[in-house]
Amino acid sequence: MAILEVKNIGKHFGSTEVLKDVSFSLEEGNALAIIGSSGSGKTTLLRCLNFLEKPSQGEILVKGNAVFDASRPVKMSEQELRRKRLHFGLVFQAFHLFPQYTALENVTLAEKLLAQEREDFKSNKKQILEEITEHGNALLAQMGLADRAAHYPHQLSGGQQQRVAIARALALKPDILCFDEPTSALDPELTGEVLKVIRGLAEQKTTMIIVTHEMAFARDVADQIIFMDEGYIVEQGDAKQVIDNPKEERTRRFLSRYSQG
Amino acid sequence: MFGAVTLELMKGLWTTIQIFLLTLIFSLPLGLILGVGSAGRWKILKRVIQVFVWIIRGTPLMLQLIIIFYGPGLWLGHNIWSGNEAGRITATVVAFVINYACYFSVIFRGGIEGVPVGQREAGQVLGMTKSQIFFQITLLQMVKRVVPPMSNEIITLVKDTSLARIIAAYELTFAGFSFMKSAGITWPLFYTGVFYLAFIGILTLLFNYIEKKLDYFR
Repeated sequence: MAILEVKNIGKHFGSTEVLKDVSFSLEEGNALAIIGSSGSGKTTLLRCLNFLEKPSQGEILVKGNAVFDASRPVKMSEQELRRKRLHFGLVFQAFHLFPQYTALENVTLAEKLLAQEREDFKSNKKQILEEITEHGNALLAQMGLADRAAHYPHQLSGGQQQRVAIARALALKPDILCFDEPTSALDPELTGEVLKVIRGLAEQKTTMIIVTHEMAFARDVADQIIFMDEGYIVEQGDAKQVIDNPKEERTRRFLSRYSQG
Repeated sequence: MFGAVTLELMKGLWTTIQIFLLTLIFSLPLGLILGVGSAGRWKILKRVIQVFVWIIRGTPLMLQLIIIFYGPGLWLGHNIWSGNEAGRITATVVAFVINYACYFSVIFRGGIEGVPVGQREAGQVLGMTKSQIFFQITLLQMVKRVVPPMSNEIITLVKDTSLARIIAAYELTFAGFSFMKSAGITWPLFYTGVFYLAFIGILTLLFNYIEKKLDYFR
């Protein structure tokens, strides 16, 4: 069964429709890349999945359970909303690390706050916090940043900041990790280190959705690709097939713009 | 003579310090509440705060002080501020708290709105509650932003305490002025100025220290 099913999602801001009848599903352990020009709705789609925007229509199911259904509007408590959000992790284009915290604190903050809600927190406080710190250090090490744990964001390069942001998103063990153009804010010479980390996550069968402009990367790393244009899914399918043999004329035109550089 | 002047100025300084500290203690939290309200989503609340801030910032503090001190006595028939020094200081503090909370609220609002939306969204996708986002993420970033404009406002507050003289509160400027009236000498006025300079000098050092302390992040 698919870990994520998105059914007929639509979203409009005022009279502007930014998402129209978007449906797809994603199997556990697979990576999905979403490509398309700016303004095609890719980012809005990710924001809908992370409850930063509320879809106007459609349904979102995680592991078969509806986490959102526009046809049955219910007032969610903050508690419920937070629990549903935790199915997803989001890595932003502009990192959005918390500047007043070190790399390690950025990674562990949310987990520590969540731990406070555990029943055994008071009795086991020291041990729980130690475990979280250990987990945070392990994630930073996985990102190749073991020696940067005590650095503040402004002391890190863009690529390092984005890798801290990835560790921060991984810390809460989301079912699906989303990337919103993770390398678009980086200098070209820094994109490699971030792409390498994401590639590593794909090899470990992390379920991911990656909005990206890196076509070669999408072809290599993703299992599926969705091409979006003007709020619609124009084409979706096997990654290599969509990139190498697009069926739709619009996809072909989009890809040819990229291959010509 | 110098000793006598110093002693009187010390007395005035004490009143000044009381007005200053009490105003800060009450107007900072009140200003924060108004600031959060005016940066928030409730349109009606925003409007009400906007109008209130407009009235308070749009009229002289001295006028507000006169109204607050004399108004109740004229409207109610009896003075709610007892006629002694403590009553005058209380009335001054009430007027100052209202006035300064309005100025502070605008600074706080700017500070809150200056924290990028992405910071809040990053907190949201990490499953934090609204209050966790405010206290763990936004607040310190806001404090860092408001320290420079705040220090300006607080330095102005030190000098504004001299307005309390209009309702005969015996603050620093009043004390210095009294020698000109009684003995016809002017040097105590300059001496009074030295008191203010020292007071503000200490505050300036304190603000520099806080700014340095918050310099560890950007």
